[in-house]
Amino acid sequence: MALLEIRGLTVSFGTSRTPLIAVDHLDFAIDAGEIVGLVGESGSGKSVTALAVLGLVDFPGKVTCTQLTFDGRELPALSAAGRRAMLGGKLAMIFQDPLASLDPCYTVEYQLGEALRLHGGTAERRSAKARRARALELLRQVEIPDAPARLRAYPHQLSGGMAQRVMIAIALAGQPRLLIADEPTTALDVTVQAQVLDLLVRLAEERGMALVLITHDLAVVAETAHRVVVMYAGQAVESGPLPALFDAPRHPYTKALLEALPEHNRGRARLQAIPGVVPGARDRPPACLLAPRCPFARARCTVEAPPFTGAEGRRARCHFPLDASGRPGNDWATAAPLPVPAAEGVR
Amino acid sequence: MSEPVAPLLAVQGLARHYVVSRGFLRGKAVVRALDGVSFTLTAGRTLAVVGESGCGKSTLARAVTMIESPTAGTLAVAGIDVARADRRARRRLRPLVQMVFQNPYASLNPRKKVGALLEEPLVIQGTHDAAARRERVHAMMARVGLRPEHHERYPHMFSGGQRQRVAIARALMSEPRLVVADEPVSALDVSIQAQVLNLLMDLRDQLGVAYLFISHNLDVVRQIADDVLVMYLGHGVEHAPRDALFARPGHPYTRALLAATPSLHGGRRRAARAVRGEPPSPLAPPGGCPFHTRCPYVVERCTVERPLLRPVGGTVVACHRAEDVLADPMPVH
Amino acid sequence: MSAAPPGPWRELWRSYAQSRGALLGLALVIALIVVAILADAIAPHPPNEQYRDFTLAPPAWSAGGSSQFLLGTDPVGRDMLSRLIHGTRLSLAIGSISVSISLALGIALGLLAGYARGLTETVIMRLMDVMLSLPSLLLAIAVVAILGPGLANAMYAIAVVLLPHYVRLTRAAVIAEAKRDYVTSSRIAGAGPLRLMVMTILPNCLAPLIVQATLGFSNAILDAAALGFLGLGAQPPTPEWGSMLASALEFIQRAPWVVTFPGLAILITVLAFNLMGDGLRDALDPKLKQ
Repeated sequence: MALLEIRGLTVSFGTSRTPLIAVDHLDFAIDAGEIVGLVGESGSGKSVTALAVLGLVDFPGKVTCTQLTFDGRELPALSAAGRRAMLGGKLAMIFQDPLASLDPCYTVEYQLGEALRLHGGTAERRSAKARRARALELLRQVEIPDAPARLRAYPHQLSGGMAQRVMIAIALAGQPRLLIADEPTTALDVTVQAQVLDLLVRLAEERGMALVLITHDLAVVAETAHRVVVMYAGQAVESGPLPALFDAPRHPYTKALLEALPEHNRGRARLQAIPGVVPGARDRPPACLLAPRCPFARARCTVEAPPFTGAEGRRARCHFPLDASGRPGNDWATAAPLPVPAAEGVR
Repeated sequence: MSEPVAPLLAVQGLARHYVVSRGFLRGKAVVRALDGVSFTLTAGRTLAVVGESGCGKSTLARAVTMIESPTAGTLAVAGIDVARADRRARRRLRPLVQMVFQNPYASLNPRKKVGALLEEPLVIQGTHDAAARRERVHAMMARVGLRPEHHERYPHMFSGGQRQRVAIARALMSEPRLVVADEPVSALDVSIQAQVLNLLMDLRDQLGVAYLFISHNLDVVRQIADDVLVMYLGHGVEHAPRDALFARPGHPYTRALLAATPSLHGGRRRAARAVRGEPPSPLAPPGGCPFHTRCPYVVERCTVERPLLRPVGGTVVACHRAEDVLADPMPVH
Repeated sequence: MSAAPPGPWRELWRSYAQSRGALLGLALVIALIVVAILADAIAPHPPNEQYRDFTLAPPAWSAGGSSQFLLGTDPVGRDMLSRLIHGTRLSLAIGSISVSISLALGIALGLLAGYARGLTETVIMRLMDVMLSLPSLLLAIAVVAILGPGLANAMYAIAVVLLPHYVRLTRAAVIAEAKRDYVTSSRIAGAGPLRLMVMTILPNCLAPLIVQATLGFSNAILDAAALGFLGLGAQPPTPEWGSMLASALEFIQRAPWVVTFPGLAILITVLAFNLMGDGLRDALDPKLKQ
């Protein structure tokens, strides 16, 4: 049984007349010890998904799902107290800007202590001395040099990389079985990013902790994750193991995204950019969300929403998923073309 | 290559120090944001400046665009020494150097419509009448891919990529010869990043403008740069043509940057990346070579003597052990 | 992006109209303005006309009242309602003139202080600190004492009292905005200091100033009333609400309406402007965060 199992997760904002769908019937599962990358651009819904799982989506957002199970327990059925016991404990999350996520008024020791008081072992819940010892140990585990001095520091005295390590330490205080990391290294320098990612992967492997890495950086995911889920405009459009998925993507969006990367375009005078923009709230296409921008779009794509199907652990939301050589399959050649005028290449 | 014409931009030993107070009764400290940077930029070429936080690239941008005067060193734009120029000469230099900023959500005046934003540089210059200005504005809008109706819209009605197009258009209105681009695509999504990079490259081809392209993203730099300058803690540590730098970097820091840059095909490898520690604070730079606290090639000499830039095998690098570094095989990236 | 999204004024109105208190405040303010403009037409009697036969007449609904004087008369027989209506004109005038003078000067000084920094800033801000260290009413009294009693001088005094707040607000906003990229962008485009201050930075500092100006209106009216109460503002027979209160205090037991109605008028006006100011602040705030 998967550690975290999500079925049919939908998050919408706005009114019933003008709904803004941030996440659209998402299915997602992760097993213990697995590292899964959740990738997408802005507006893909990846961060909202994490917030929804943690129950952090406030009014006017509405969250619905068919199933949301963590460690065998139904999350929506938990009481507020039950959820508070779980968050920061078995299920932890770290965010993008560590300096904004740490309370500027309290020292590192205080904030670690707070996490230990709520989620630590029995000794830590009672004794300040035990908390301090465990706090030092946690700081050492996240490779912060000169840990005793750092305990006394305030967040603004820490560099970005240090602050992110402190955040990870706070998350580890409750011995999480699943850690969700939302763009944990986007705000950091590239050499520090490499260190923090190494740390996260090593911690996950040493503790058998599952890790969901939410990011827009495909290369980061390629180097750290076992599996990846690609999201577009609130939907999962492709999922599968790495490196197979990046080597031979099945969904045109994944392929286009990979091709737009500078790394992919070495030696070329221009980058292969995807025309158009992600659909907003008002111009959501009726069937396949990528149809207006997809070079392989056919008539079927504008009337029938493609199912999220596939075999051998790989799924793609496409009527004509690409084969190993990048050509659309499922008798694409004989399918009826788009009606003229062609779908507008929206800016 | 001998140039009969003065280079567009010539920077020699440029330094910018800030004096900050360290609190009540604790005296002052000097932040050496820029501590001696030298390079030239020829018309129409793109020089990428690469480095992490604290390396001084933003300070360099502010110095080159003449918003701040350097503490030491010389800055010459189109052959004219900026520090010695009088006010009138400096005013004539202004339109030649323009800037595109990193954050598309902060670099456009929220209270002005796009048309007014684009017209402003021309209004300040005072060289064209209203009709001529309007014509140029519309021509530039078409060039960067904006539609005519965008003329009357406010910035907050646009996406990040579109705002960046407006910012680029605005920078080009005064027909500059040099555009300083400070991380122009870092805040954009991958697909939009590709569009804007293409636009920058097209404009370079069409208008012959030179770029000083500041970025921390080596993949982007590899796409757009002709030459690359690597900075660390206010110093230039390596300077080479793009292909030479990426094929055989001579400085350990450049190697560390390349190794740390994640790659789609890197697989789940990690060991190659180990550079320890973090960029030190410009308030307390280490003695000798600024990188020695994190360098895998460090020797005794590095802790006391700061290396100067010198040509070594295809690159110009400030490292005592450049020959050894070059001799080491590069992990394939 | 197909249709043009609504412009900033429309957006402002939409956010503003979401609060019922704000709409009420706006309605009241509009009503007050209408009353002030049409004072001559609406008032049943001339405000200074003394009806010797009807001194201290109670309001129409009490025993002894008549419909001729709906809200009764004051000790010398002047119609309360007419005096209150004309007083609206005076109060609004006091508010707008004082706030305008203060705002104009405050913005200019704040812009200078925030943009120039250094010695200019120090001199201006310390001067403002001196002004702030005095209780506002005492400061107003001091100014009036120097200039002499009278409505015009009361307005100048109130402008002086309000000044430091606008200077501080503007300076803080200018310092925050001056660091932003769009200001640097204009500098690189060649804008000089004057253009930067007035055309680039100032429009982005207006939001908190608008809110403070609206709230300053009610402050001005209260201060004018206090000055009038002390006999330092409007001089008799001007129908200013504060002086009306002052001259009627001894009658609070015998003829409470002479005191109550001017007090109510002040209350309603101040409330109206406060509601409007709060509504504006809530409407403008999300924009500020944007």
